[in-house]
Amino acid sequence: MSDDKHSHEKRIDEETGTETTGHSWDGIEELNTPLPRWWLWTFYGTIVWGVIYTILYPAWPLVSGTTRGVLDWTTRGEVAAKIETVRLSNAELTESLVNIDLGVLDRNEDLHRFAVSAGASVFANNCSQCHGAGAAGVQAAGYPNLLDDDWLWGGQITDIAMTVRHGIRNEDDPDARYSEMPAFGEILEDAEIATLVTYVRSLSGLEEETAEGAELYLDNCSACHGEEGLGDRELGAPNLTDAIWLYGGTPEAVRYTIENARFGVMPPWGERLGEAQVRAVAAYVHGLGGGEAEPQVEEEPTADEMEEAADVPDASFPADAEETPTEAGEAPVEPVVPE
Amino acid sequence: MSKDPRSPDYDPKDDPKVATASDAPGEIPNELPPETQTITFHQRFERNATLLLIGSFAVVSVGGIVEIAPLFWLENTIEKVEGMRPYSPLELTGRDIYVREGCYLCHSQMIRPMRDEVERYGHYSLAAESMYDHPHQWGSKRTGPDLARIGGRYSDEWHVDHLMDPQSVVPESVMPKYAFLSDTLIDGEHVGDLVATHRMVGVPYTDDMVNAARADFRVQTDPFGDIDGLLERYPGAQVRNFDGRPGTSEMDALIAYLQMLGTLVDFSTFTPDPDR
Repeated sequence: MSDDKHSHEKRIDEETGTETTGHSWDGIEELNTPLPRWWLWTFYGTIVWGVIYTILYPAWPLVSGTTRGVLDWTTRGEVAAKIETVRLSNAELTESLVNIDLGVLDRNEDLHRFAVSAGASVFANNCSQCHGAGAAGVQAAGYPNLLDDDWLWGGQITDIAMTVRHGIRNEDDPDARYSEMPAFGEILEDAEIATLVTYVRSLSGLEEETAEGAELYLDNCSACHGEEGLGDRELGAPNLTDAIWLYGGTPEAVRYTIENARFGVMPPWGERLGEAQVRAVAAYVHGLGGGEAEPQVEEEPTADEMEEAADVPDASFPADAEETPTEAGEAPVEPVVPE
Repeated sequence: MSKDPRSPDYDPKDDPKVATASDAPGEIPNELPPETQTITFHQRFERNATLLLIGSFAVVSVGGIVEIAPLFWLENTIEKVEGMRPYSPLELTGRDIYVREGCYLCHSQMIRPMRDEVERYGHYSLAAESMYDHPHQWGSKRTGPDLARIGGRYSDEWHVDHLMDPQSVVPESVMPKYAFLSDTLIDGEHVGDLVATHRMVGVPYTDDMVNAARADFRVQTDPFGDIDGLLERYPGAQVRNFDGRPGTSEMDALIAYLQMLGTLVDFSTFTPDPDR
């Protein structure tokens, strides 16, 4: 050090009681106040931890990859393991849900509850954007309300699952539900369409019925919507006699629908969600208020079916699984008569 | 004698709060740490500027040169996947609109490898999925949901309704309206240049793709057009009138881009390399 010639003996400074460094510049001395020990230990501790960390975990780049670390940890491995853990914890319920006959799902209380609560999450994540967080759809915009008992493609749980699995009028799934209303603006005269608008609205009591309208309806519309306007769920043709309008019931909206037709699209969810989630969300939607019972429920369930319905572990549910067989034997729910 | 340090008569010797060496002979009164080897060692860094500089440089090098730089040449940074292709001219135009409107400020395109994200959005994003993005649209903020796998989730009609007036379909949304997109018709006049520019920065567009860019741009919204060339150059490109209105608008381009997002890699055939 060049300041050797200025060095003095280290001493305790009288005023502060602190040791000096032994340096003196023109009589000005420097107090020796080194970094606290806790700070130094933390500092060197982080360096040591840094080295340990790069030994444990993937870190240093090499020629064609990086060091793998002695723990053999990977991001992908971790996320896969976490997903697998959750999958395994629900594996038996999920498998039962995939294999059970959906028509008898509600006879197994535990499995049904599992499906409905899982379905609620699936719905919130995937369906609510179109059908609304409360499943009430978007009125008069073509996104159906799922709370009522007015179904376009059927309201039994298997119908709902089918709709969710394959979607409606999409190009991605060859099994998507499909129908296409013709655009009558190119087929009928303006006056005829006006008559038809009045007649369609008269079906639900909004206007007076006319004989010409009835004839036009029978010739052009009844093939899909039915002679009485009750619709056809095979074709997704809406019931025209109720007060529920998918795209609005004003004369202007009905006219637009007849002239240009509507082509509501729903994406297929089978691949994206997987069968278990499809069934779960179907159970959820079925339970929202408008779900219809399966007709085959009227038949006495076979012993196998009862066993299958009952043979589900109670897993994480506190409810006693013993209840289920009794319930399975109860009288079947009367199917709702389609309107 | 005053005990107030500001007083001229002040003498620290009389101040009981001040300890001096004479208070405790033979001891260091203010708990001065005894000289330990650690402290003596560390003093070298504090007293030698060159050594401190070298030490700092070593630390910064680990973070910068050693950790980041190799990602630019290590071959395994981007794993090879089936299905990734450069964006079609219409999708690329839509992507420009996405960037222009600042969608990335509220929407990320990066599904992180975490269980909650994978269960909500789908398979975690792969580096290869944004290898043709210049710049990438990973984003850093999710006011809205992640869009990395938005493609095919909703119908075109929903996208139109939602972009025109987001609250009409999602009442709780805070997204602004983008109705003006459907008012701006675009004819792809400069789309060839756009494609060529992306080739300049490394996207593998062929001469054929650059030359046919404008035709491909037009035909992707025309379901009755001759789409063979488009599909050959851009396998899996979706062809339809996205916004349901005549003409190609910015709305068409943006929806074409959104409906493609996350759909190119077929994850049913993808086996993740666990060594990552």
